[in-house]
Amino acid sequence: MKRVLEGSHAVAEAVRLAHVAVVSAYPITPQTHIVEIISDYCAKGMMNARFIRVESEHSCLAALIGAQSTGVRTFTATSSQGLALMHELLHWTSAARLPIVMAEVNRALAPGWNIWADQTDSLSQRDTGWIQFYCEDSQEVFDTTLQAYRLSEWVNLPAMVVLDAFLLSHTYEPVDVPEQEEVDRFLPPYVPKFHLDTENPYTLSSLVNPSAYMEMRYDIAKDMDAARERFRDVEEEFETVFNRHYGAIEAICCADAEIILVTSGTVTSTARLLLEDLRKRGEKVGVLKIKMFRPFPVDAVRRVLQSTKKVAVIDRNVSFGAGGIFAQEIRAALCNLPLHPPVFGYIAGLGGRDITIAVLEDVYRKTKSSDHPPEESTWMGLQEVQCET
Amino acid sequence: MLEIRFHGRGGQGTVVLTTLLAHSFFQAGYQVQSFPLFGVERRGAPVEAFLRLDRKKILARTNITTPDHVVIQDQTLLKNIDVTKGLKPGGWVLINGSAPPSDTSRFERQKVATVDASRIAIRHGLGSRTQPIVNTAMMGAFARMMEMPPMEAIIAAIREEVPAEPERNIAAAEDAYREIQFL
Repeated sequence: MKRVLEGSHAVAEAVRLAHVAVVSAYPITPQTHIVEIISDYCAKGMMNARFIRVESEHSCLAALIGAQSTGVRTFTATSSQGLALMHELLHWTSAARLPIVMAEVNRALAPGWNIWADQTDSLSQRDTGWIQFYCEDSQEVFDTTLQAYRLSEWVNLPAMVVLDAFLLSHTYEPVDVPEQEEVDRFLPPYVPKFHLDTENPYTLSSLVNPSAYMEMRYDIAKDMDAARERFRDVEEEFETVFNRHYGAIEAICCADAEIILVTSGTVTSTARLLLEDLRKRGEKVGVLKIKMFRPFPVDAVRRVLQSTKKVAVIDRNVSFGAGGIFAQEIRAALCNLPLHPPVFGYIAGLGGRDITIAVLEDVYRKTKSSDHPPEESTWMGLQEVQCET
Repeated sequence: MLEIRFHGRGGQGTVVLTTLLAHSFFQAGYQVQSFPLFGVERRGAPVEAFLRLDRKKILARTNITTPDHVVIQDQTLLKNIDVTKGLKPGGWVLINGSAPPSDTSRFERQKVATVDASRIAIRHGLGSRTQPIVNTAMMGAFARMMEMPPMEAIIAAIREEVPAEPERNIAAAEDAYREIQFL
């Protein structure tokens, strides 16, 4: 049934319907509503789950690593500094092959303290071996949370469902929340491929010599690569039950486009509005939405972008010294093609600054009017700031 | 698409007001999107919240800077907040106050309506005498002013979403629907 829900509430509903057995979290704005609601569900008996309160995000993920190792489905949610504090154990989770699912509300890192939308927190964890999905609206947040469990448990790698601070986490909009029976048809009970068992004791995550470590890493790499294919299967099953489909990427009006804007998160929705308007004015523009960031959907991205004239990537994030992170990934995906379009990188909306239609149109105009991309990313809408020295 | 901005003070239920209206309009067949001004709210400090309404899926994911209408939950905000900032000409300004504002020159391009939502809330025992909870009364006044959504949708949203005293809140909304005054 369709209900008007806060984005955070949509995550909590998906977690409830996924029969998660153990939840642990440490509060941090703007993620807190997610675990507040889940904690309420646990207290009221609406979820048959154990909620473990902890003193930090590091302990939170440690608790879930223990819980998931016993063979049960687990969940956590965090943001920004909280995710950064989990860093050591993010690597641990993937190498221990534990399919933990996390909701990550994109929030800027401090200092200066800032609670607003910015993707640098999750993107700076791109090498930790977690599958990452970036969502556009609350329905996608709900659906992707269910899909994340299915995919994660299939390849035994953890998954992050990423949503923009406030623009999704604190925004109310209609979300179709299905009945338990429908969710059960899509997401079967968790059957671990291995788990700690007192009847059959053994040790996990022990010392590994150089003779085996590389092979274990190669296994992770292969399964992460396989997640691209598996996600297609997961989406097929999802569509059979729910009649909705997203794709690792979505190409909007890209077939004849001369300039393609590459977007992620809620910026995609605003870009759809601009696209409608520019197309009416005869501009040959397209939008490529990236939903799956890890594993990066290289082949799919190449197919869409190879024959266009210019690519403009909008990054609500920055890797100092290397520019926008999505732009780097797009360049890396295209560089071995014999002929490929130039990639223009734009940094916009850091720390929750509004990415308006006007900002996106400016990106389009700048790309259209330049023949070659500048060496460095273009920062959109910078203001003169008076600094006291 | 319609865009509406709500002004209030932290603790007055301004965010809840927009959420309840979102529920009401959704019941009446609209697509809706509501969100607070993404700030760090404190009790008593000025807050803003927003509502978008449309017949089709709402794609805009940006702040609302040029609202069609504004709703002011607390008359004292008129002193130091630019409540008409970006407001489109011809739009409505709904004010919670015991009397129309003494100086309406700032609203000369807009239509003004007032409702004594605080008195109505106190009459129905909502909140305290010093801090009445006015948001459900404001919903009723809003529905009359905009001629939408239908009161049935307002009542249904209150009944489903307000955990405490839904009947008193419905009575407040109905009183405000009747008592709103148009300048």
